[in-house]
Order: sequence, then structure tokens, then C-alpha cells
Amino acid sequence: MAGFFSQLKQGLVKTRQNFVDKVGELLTGRRKIDEELYEALEEALIRSDAGVNTAMELVEKLRREVKNRKLTEAQELREVLQELVADLLGAGKPLNLAEPGPTVILVVGVNGVGKTTTIGKLANYFRREGKRVILAAGDTFRAAAIDQLEIWGERSGAEVVKQKEGADPAAVAFDAIQAAKSRQADVVLMDTAGRLHNKVNLMEELRKVKRVITREIPAAPHEVLLVLDATTGQNAIQQAKLFRETAGVTGIVLTKLDGTAKGGVVLGIQGEVRIPVKWIGIGEGMDDLRPFVPQDFAAALFSGLDEAEG
Amino acid sequence: MFQGLSEKLQETFKKLRGKGKLNEADVTAAMREVRMALLEADVNFKVVKDFVAKVKERAVGAEVLESLSPAQQVVKIVHEELIALMGGAESKIQISPKPPTIIMLVGLQGAGKTTHAAKLASLLKKQGKHPLMVACDIYRPAAVKQLEVLGEQIKVPVFAQAGRAAAEIARAGAESALRQGADVLIIDTAGRLHINEELMGELQEIKAQVQPQEILLVVDAMTGQDAVNVAETFHARLGLDGVILTKLDGDTRGGAALSVRAVTGCPIKFAGVGEKIEALEAFYPDRMASRILGMGDVLTLIEKAQQAFDEKKAAEMQQKLRKQEFSLEDFLEQMQQLKKMGPLASIMEMIPGIGKQLKDVTIDEKDMAHVEAIIRSMTPDERRKPSIIKDSRKRRIAKGSGTSIQEVGRLLKQFEQMQKMMKQFAGGLPGGLGKGKKGKRAGLPFVR
Ligand SMILES: Nc1nc2c(ncn2[C@@H]2O[C@H](COP(=O)(O)OP(=O)(O)O)[C@@H](O)[C@H]2O)c(=O)[nH]1
Ligand SMILES: [Mg+2]
Repeated sequence: MAGFFSQLKQGLVKTRQNFVDKVGELLTGRRKIDEELYEALEEALIRSDAGVNTAMELVEKLRREVKNRKLTEAQELREVLQELVADLLGAGKPLNLAEPGPTVILVVGVNGVGKTTTIGKLANYFRREGKRVILAAGDTFRAAAIDQLEIWGERSGAEVVKQKEGADPAAVAFDAIQAAKSRQADVVLMDTAGRLHNKVNLMEELRKVKRVITREIPAAPHEVLLVLDATTGQNAIQQAKLFRETAGVTGIVLTKLDGTAKGGVVLGIQGEVRIPVKWIGIGEGMDDLRPFVPQDFAAALFSGLDEAEG
Repeated sequence: MFQGLSEKLQETFKKLRGKGKLNEADVTAAMREVRMALLEADVNFKVVKDFVAKVKERAVGAEVLESLSPAQQVVKIVHEELIALMGGAESKIQISPKPPTIIMLVGLQGAGKTTHAAKLASLLKKQGKHPLMVACDIYRPAAVKQLEVLGEQIKVPVFAQAGRAAAEIARAGAESALRQGADVLIIDTAGRLHINEELMGELQEIKAQVQPQEILLVVDAMTGQDAVNVAETFHARLGLDGVILTKLDGDTRGGAALSVRAVTGCPIKFAGVGEKIEALEAFYPDRMASRILGMGDVLTLIEKAQQAFDEKKAAEMQQKLRKQEFSLEDFLEQMQQLKKMGPLASIMEMIPGIGKQLKDVTIDEKDMAHVEAIIRSMTPDERRKPSIIKDSRKRRIAKGSGTSIQEVGRLLKQFEQMQKMMKQFAGGLPGGLGKGKKGKRAGLPFVR
């Protein structure tokens, strides 16, 4: 058995080197477009977590474009591919803000993806714009989740509305909206407990939270943001589908892009359910949030490949 | 999006039935499907490549067993190789002859380290040990508090110190364990990226300070292609002893398990299967192999069923199925049994062949409640012989159950279809469930 492992491992190291040389060389070098190149690109997409089908479809489109535009040089490919990727992702969309406030933003996702941290970052963003922000401590389940949000409240200068651990999150939502109305807050950021999308009862709970919000302000929640961890593989597609069904997700925040994972699964998601990516997370600090720019994301999808990667 | 591998292979092999040996061309065709299945399950690209090459070698020229179709034969080989690659069942923690045994949990942000520190502590406590947990996540807001709250819940002491470096806290924790007579020390560390030099250095320092018996990498089962980078780097820097695979109660296929095992060679020692403290299980490579291949976790299903079903009742039920006497009364009873087994959707997914039909089917537990109410509003006679239910009875039942006549009608119709399907099912292999006509669902009343 040990033999097989070390073999696999050596193989991995070797390909990494091959691959780095290959994609870099293939896309920048002066050479003709050939089968090997298409294969390398498909591979690059799969390794970014785009998914086999999405990768194949994109490369298929690429072949058609090459034919239509009568391209011959490998160099020209990169740009076309980036265009195709950016097209698939659609234009970056700004947040839907209510005038007058309060704008209610509900933040949902599976466990550990970075919901609370993202709320801290968003609070900071809105505070910098001079907005009055309320954070609703809707994760009443995980140990010390409320304390975590309170620390983000302090850091960003946002008020926190909370109840006890174990309280009904819908009741917290209700309180937060009342507080926002009476204190004329501009934005309410509603935290929720992490939940796996296949847990029927927990998803029902989320539906209820949303219902309570809508009952208090008919146009709310103005945004329902699904937080996705860029390290996640194909399961993110299921997450997107089911959270959209239950909570009416309006946008994605793709976190942890400061690692080596590329987050290519958002491409796969667009093939199944169209949900725009709105923000990306690039670290654990308060300022590590950026608006999503499809062109930049597409460029990073391939350019990063020149660096070491498994 | 994804069809079970066995079904796909069945299609690939349709033309090849009855061949004595698997030839190269057949196997190549089959391996294309295997490759797709593994990639869809998030097994790393390179791991897939090597694995497929290896399996192909073994499969070409293999005798097709008489009892199997060529497709089944290939699945069997793939399945066996997957299990072999993932190693034997292994959930042992090395216990140091000189206490305390020190266990250190490491991993990316959000993988589930803190929760699993508590789960492990709770498990070891139940086995008669006296654990102490050490809070070395000094970065994430309220991480220390989280561990303290969990410690209180499971009545395990937590060692924490403010304003000191992680390695110093770990060391002081170990000393404290000696003083308190704790025999296991579980160190929770901050989540970090494998490319963060400084923080990876911190882990090496902790290791140097306390010399843990077990350094366990905590990996989210939903991780994609990047799992190999993460595992490889953590292993190179720290020398891992094992892996804990978390969030397996989700519906991910979990190919990361294979990737991580392939690059580190470390056994997966535990699987996290829920948010509750008790939701920690041994890792079963055979089940994981089925899951990665999308073949349904037959073993788990059988075990779950055995726990929930009164065996005698099950035998009776089978008898009835065979004699085609299955009534609405029995159906109600089965529904009660099913409920004991857990969320319906997760159970259905474990049944081979049904995964495909479930592709965009949602099981509505609310519908299930309606069905139950309807049946409960019927007289025993009606339950045994639904054909006697005509309009006036329908009206009464609808009223009694707070549903509509249409709903009652639909249930009766679906039950009739189901009885037909049950006949096939009782007659053949469990595979019969998946053999329903294309486009026609198995017709369970709460499945749509
Ligand atoms: N490297 C990195 N870590 C992040 C990012 N966003 C969140 N995290 C970390 O991921 C972990 C889980 O975050 P948390 O907000 O508690 O997740 P939640 O359970 O979804 O609320 C924490 O350790 C965060 O610091 C990001 O963009 N990059
Ligand atoms: Mg949280």
C-alpha cells in the first residue's frame, strides 16, 4: 500500500511541475492552437472546481469561437476564454438598497463558510459610508456565536440586537427590525446559524425567519446573501439550489479566495441556477471584502495557474 | 446532473452482454464513466487519473463472473480498489503509555476543529478517560469562549490563557494536565490557510513544545479539488497521524476523503456526522467508496433499517408484499417505521437505483403528514380495501383529515400505482425499484 501512496504522491508533484510549465507555456508562448491546448484548458477548469460538465461546455464554446473568429495563435485564446467565463458569470451586480431604509440583508449558508465574518466586513463597509448599522444575532445555536458577532459589532461600530442562546431566530429578526425602525437605522444585517441544506427542519426554520422579516417590511429582505466557501467542490451547486428554493437567495458571497482554491464552482452554479456573485472574501480582517468583478475573477482563474498548484 | 455510476455503466455495456472477459476497448469506455463519476464527486483530478490507470490495468482481461453483468463487474473492481486505497476501518487513537496523551487538531478555517475537539473529548470521556481541552485559537473572535461553552456542556475542563502565544498556552496546558491528572489533552488550534507561512510555523512550534501523539487534520467533506494542496502542505509541515472528515451528514459525495488519503497516506480516523456532540463515528471505507461512486450506501441503509424496524414486522411485511396484500394500513405502519429512521430524503438517497429518480424530486415531510392524516381518517375496512372508497366516502375522509377530495383521490391513485410497483419489487432484486419506466416516478405519495 505504501508503494501506491508514494507513487501517487510523486505523481502529484510531477504533474504540478508539468502543469505549471504547460499552461503557462501553452497560453503565452508563440504556438499554434492544438488538441493538447484544449485539453490543458479543460483540465485547468476542472481543477478550479468548475465541474466536468461546465469545463467541457466552456471548452466546446471556445472551439466554436476559435473557428468563428479564425484564431490560430494560442496567445489569443486566453482572452477569449476569459470572455466566455465572464459572460457566464454575468455582470457584477450592486446591492439592492432600500430608500428610505432600513435595508434588510439576510445572510445564509452551511456551517463554517464565513457568514459571521462576512457580516462583520459588510458592517464595516456600510459604517464607512456613514450608515447606521444593526447586526441581528440570529445564530442562536452555535456556542458563543452571539459573542462572536458582538465582537464584530464593536470592531465595526454597529449595534447588536440579540437574545439568549437557544432563542427563536425569527424572534431575533423581529426585534432587530423593530429596533431598526425606531432608531432609524439604514441597514440590518441578519446573521443565521450555519445549516446543511439537506436538513429539512433547519431549512424550514430559515423560511420562517424570512417570513417574519417580510411581515414587518413587505419589501424585505432586500438581499438574501448565500455565503460560499471557495474551497467547496461540487456540493456548492446543491447548496445554491436549495438555499435559493428556501430563502430566495439574491446573491453569493464567495469567501476564502485568499487561499489556493479558485472557487470555480460558481461557474457550475450559473449553469444550474442563475445567482450573481456580489462579493468576495479575501481574508479574516474587516477590510478583506471586495466587490466581485467577473473579468478579474476570470483572469485569476487562469493566471493563478502559473503559480504552484496541485 | 449526476446519474449513479452503475446506471451509466449499464448503458455503456448494453451491447456487451454475455462476454467472457473484459477487453481493453470495453474497459476504456467504462473508465471514462468512472473518471467522470470520481470528478463529479470532487476527487482530485490527478488522483483520479492515477486511480483510473491503475484500475484499468486490473480490469482488462478480468473474467466476468457468471453472476454479474460486465458493468457490475467493473463497479465491483472499482469499488474494491477504492476501499483498498482508503485503508481499513481505523478509529483508534494512539494512547501514550505515559499520560497525558496529546491530540492536536489542525486545519483550514471553518472545517470544524472546535466542535470536533469537544466531540472527541466527549467520546474519550465516555470511554473512561479524563480529557482536558486547550484553547489555542487566539485569533478568531470568541473561539476560546466557544470551546469553554462546549466544555461546560460536556463537563470537560478547558485550559485557556489570555495574552500569550499559542505554543506557550499549549505547553502550559500540558503542564496543567499533569497537575490535574488529566490523561488526554486535546489542543484546539486556529483555522489557517496552508500557504500562511507564519501561522504554519506556529503549528510547528506547538508541535515542538508538546510532542503530540496524534496530529489530526480536520477536513470538511465538501472540499473540492484543493483538498490535495491543503493535506499535502499540512502533512509536509507537521507529519499528520490521521484525519477527521467532517460534515458528512450533508449530501456531498465526499471525494475529498480519497484525495486526502492518497496524498498523505494517513488513515481517516473519524467522521463527523452532525452538529450534536455525539455525532462522531468511526470511518467506514466501504461505505465511503459507495458514496463517492454514487452507488448508495447500502450497508448504512441496512443497518439503519435494522435499528428501526422490528424484525418480525419486517418479515411480515415482506410476506404481505409477496402475497400482494399490502394495504393502506400497512403503509401507515411503514411510514411510522420510516420516521424512526431519520429524514426521509437522506434514506431514499441511500437506496441504490433510487438516487437517480430523486434527482429533482423533493420529499415533502408536510405532504407526508397529510397522507398520514388521510389514512387515519379511514375506517379499517377502507384501509384494507381502498377500492370501496367512492365519492361520499372520499368526502368524509377529506373532511375528517382537513384535506381536499382531490388530495384523497390522488393518494388513492398513487397507492394503486405503488401497489403495482411493489409487486415488481417483491418479485425481483432490490434493483427493481430503479427499473420503473422512464419518466415515471416510483409514485410514493409524498414524493414528487
Ligand atoms: N482565510 C479566510 N478565512 C475566512 C474568510 N471568511 C471567513 N473566514 C474564517 O472562516 C472561519 C469561519 O468563519 P465564520 O464567520 O465563523 O463562519 P460561519 O460559521 O459561517 O459564521 C473563521 O475562522 C473565519 O475567520 C476569508 O475570506 N478568508
Ligand atoms: Mg456564524
